[in-house]
Amino acid sequence: MLLRRVWPSRPAFENPFAELDQLRREMLRMFDTVAGNDSAREISAGVFPPMNVAQDDNNFYVRAEVPGISAKDLSISALRNRVSISGKRVIPQENERVSYHRKERAEGEFSRTVTLPGEVVADRVEARYSDGILALTLPKAEEAKPRQIAVKN
Amino acid sequence: MLKESTREIQKMDKGNLPAVPEQTRPGPIYTPAVDIFENDDRISLLADLPGVLAKDLKIDLRDNVLTLSAQVTRPESANETTILFEYESGTFFRQFTLSEVIDQAKIDAKLTDGVLKLELPKLERARPRQITVKVS
Repeated sequence: MLLRRVWPSRPAFENPFAELDQLRREMLRMFDTVAGNDSAREISAGVFPPMNVAQDDNNFYVRAEVPGISAKDLSISALRNRVSISGKRVIPQENERVSYHRKERAEGEFSRTVTLPGEVVADRVEARYSDGILALTLPKAEEAKPRQIAVKN
Repeated sequence: MLKESTREIQKMDKGNLPAVPEQTRPGPIYTPAVDIFENDDRISLLADLPGVLAKDLKIDLRDNVLTLSAQVTRPESANETTILFEYESGTFFRQFTLSEVIDQAKIDAKLTDGVLKLELPKLERARPRQITVKVS
């Protein structure tokens, strides 16, 4: 029980080799850059939008790259340890007659759910959208926070 | 038939540029996705630059080569540990050669929600003209 309190999350996430793993990834990325491959493909889930998830003692942080969306078209929901982000990216139509040289930017709907390694307090989740980055701050539930345990003698 | 706007967005990989411009800073370089279109009096360019602040964006036009470069500062604070890592922040870089003569003084750039909108008005003499054929 004590162990569960210190590491409330699944052990896979709190992997002691996390740093090594990160190093390995960085190295692979370096090799791939030299070889001309795009390494982000291997790591990502292949679902829009790409996300980075981080944590500290009190919060989880979810950041997603979603350029050119108005805040009203984004909807975010959190339940226990799952966060869903969905929305719609609309590229306004050019009403005058134009001819395109490039059309690479995608539009459409998206929806994505991530499972966090611990539960969050859903009604205190904060979401900010600025400069094309959606940033969520999700406070950890009390039981998901790491605890200092004093040793009695 | 499905309307264009109801399609689901496909995740696109940030195009990783194997060091075309020489760098003075370490880190990856990405090619932003762009839309470029043109009408009679101007060329417009839209570029997806998530995480770029207006002060970090450089737009340069010389000798018909338009250069976009932007530096993204990572928002993470030092005491965070990464759980999932799907995108990297780095430098956005892309160059274009413009065939038309651009009126440099009237270039207009706006950056909203990570999307750059660049209006490049054509010079008066570069605009297409209707030529009426006179019947003699």
